[in-house]
Amino acid sequence: MLRFALQRLVSLTISLIVASMVIFFVIEVIPGDPAAYMLGMNAQPETIAALRRDLGLDQALFTRYLGWIGGMLTGDFGTSYTYRVPVSELVLARMGVSLPLTVYALVLSTLIAFPVGLIAAARRGSGLDAGIMGATQLGIAVPNFWFAMLLVLFFSITLQWFSAGGFPGWDRGFWVNIKALTLPAVALALPQASILARVMRSAVIETLGQDYIRTARAKGLSARQTVVRHALRNALIPVLTIIGLQFSFLLAGGIIIENVFFLPGLGRLIFQAITQRDLIVVESVVMLLVFAVILVTFLVDLAYAAADPRLRRRA
Amino acid sequence: MKRLPMTLIAGAALTGVFALAALISMVWTPYSVEGMNIAARLQAPGAAHWFGTDHFGRDILSMIMVGARTSIAVAVIAVGMGMVLGVPLGLLAAANRGGLIDEVIMRGNDLVFAFPALVIAILITAVFGPSAVNAIIAIGIFNTPVFARVTRGGALSLWTLDYIRAAEVAGKGKVRISVEHILPNIANLLIVQGTIQFSLGILAEAALSYVGLGAQPPLPSWGRMLAEAQTMISFAPHMAIIPGFAIVLTVLGLNLMGDGLRDILDPKLRRAR
Repeated sequence: MLRFALQRLVSLTISLIVASMVIFFVIEVIPGDPAAYMLGMNAQPETIAALRRDLGLDQALFTRYLGWIGGMLTGDFGTSYTYRVPVSELVLARMGVSLPLTVYALVLSTLIAFPVGLIAAARRGSGLDAGIMGATQLGIAVPNFWFAMLLVLFFSITLQWFSAGGFPGWDRGFWVNIKALTLPAVALALPQASILARVMRSAVIETLGQDYIRTARAKGLSARQTVVRHALRNALIPVLTIIGLQFSFLLAGGIIIENVFFLPGLGRLIFQAITQRDLIVVESVVMLLVFAVILVTFLVDLAYAAADPRLRRRA
Repeated sequence: MKRLPMTLIAGAALTGVFALAALISMVWTPYSVEGMNIAARLQAPGAAHWFGTDHFGRDILSMIMVGARTSIAVAVIAVGMGMVLGVPLGLLAAANRGGLIDEVIMRGNDLVFAFPALVIAILITAVFGPSAVNAIIAIGIFNTPVFARVTRGGALSLWTLDYIRAAEVAGKGKVRISVEHILPNIANLLIVQGTIQFSLGILAEAALSYVGLGAQPPLPSWGRMLAEAQTMISFAPHMAIIPGFAIVLTVLGLNLMGDGLRDILDPKLRRAR
């Protein structure tokens, strides 16, 4: 297991290095002169020269890249050009919204999908199963940001149970913020729960066809005991992969949903940065998102290997 | 001839409606989508405007029709791009299975997978500015590793078969075998995957346009219609509800069609779904 983990760690590091090079290249090399690009057409030459110095653009490309990576490793992401504050501060504050939202949605999605998928599998071929499959088919087709707007229309405007958007901030207490994140998390979670429920259903159905399930039934376990004790545990392996994948979907989806609810998260930050051409912020946030995706993939690989010893040997 | 699955018929019908709307919009729409008519603004659905009007008095049915054109065009070109780039890579990897080229291609695939379509779009837009073309490129890049992986997976199982071995013994090169024998046999797989990526492309295009990274005004797009509707949702909910239904029905149609196609084209894959 240790050898497997180390191998994965090496490939994680390589992925991160290559990804960072790609991001660096797109943001800092393609525009030609990032300083001129950020300042726009009417900038004075002196201003551009000053920004070039600030950004260290007079140095060699490779030195700049190393400087950027080195800075990231020590928590120095550079200074935002529009906000005039360290990017790390901005990002950290926004993560306080985006990360809880993603986790909240992931928990909701899992909590909905597990029982639904399990029931559909246990009652395979019944009307209930058909109903669940139809509902999930619809759930997959619904864009989460549109679903979010419908939630606002119904729960905020018609029923007035939730505010239509905004975020009080964590210093105002835990539950008010959880309440503020509830509609966004539901909007994010439901389409993902539809996918997860389908995966759960087919995984359980597949394990239910295995010999050891028949053995379990033959030795006198009830259908319910068989599902819970034997089928569920083995079905979890493919489900785990999908949950890992969903993390990146939810993180990216969260960026969009934040727009619907005017949440001050990474999404708002990055879209403002794009319109204001604040390339340093864009670069850092994109790197952070990609880092999160690669890290989660790594963790899923490890969990996968822990659950299924055969995978460790194969790698 | 076997009876066609219901999912295929229903899916094709749904998709057909929107494809037809997109086609008709090229020659005719009930109203002009560029003309503003402030006197007729924010009308609820009625006899004159079946789907109502927006805040500029534009006819929403007409905009949905033109928006269908944008969505379908973006998604189709992005699928094409993913196939053109991904399929040869997948064939190449399978032909050199276990070798260095295979390893490089698959690691490259994993790397692109680490960039969600939205993140690719953000990168491209930050440097080149937002446009429908950039949305196509972003979704196309996202599609590439998907097709490479499906192609490689399908091709790998074929390479072990006797008739491929025979072709090798007969002196055919890897490229010729890939094109003449492998490709035709994984075409079904690619059609099914293409349908799935098509529906994902429609969703992605809508999301990108919604956040302003896709189609720009005056080009009508479903995602942008939703973005514009958002601030008016409390007094003109039809503006938000109708474009959303257009997206849902199109995506649903394509997904059903994909399921149906899989059932007839690829019986091996028909599992307990």
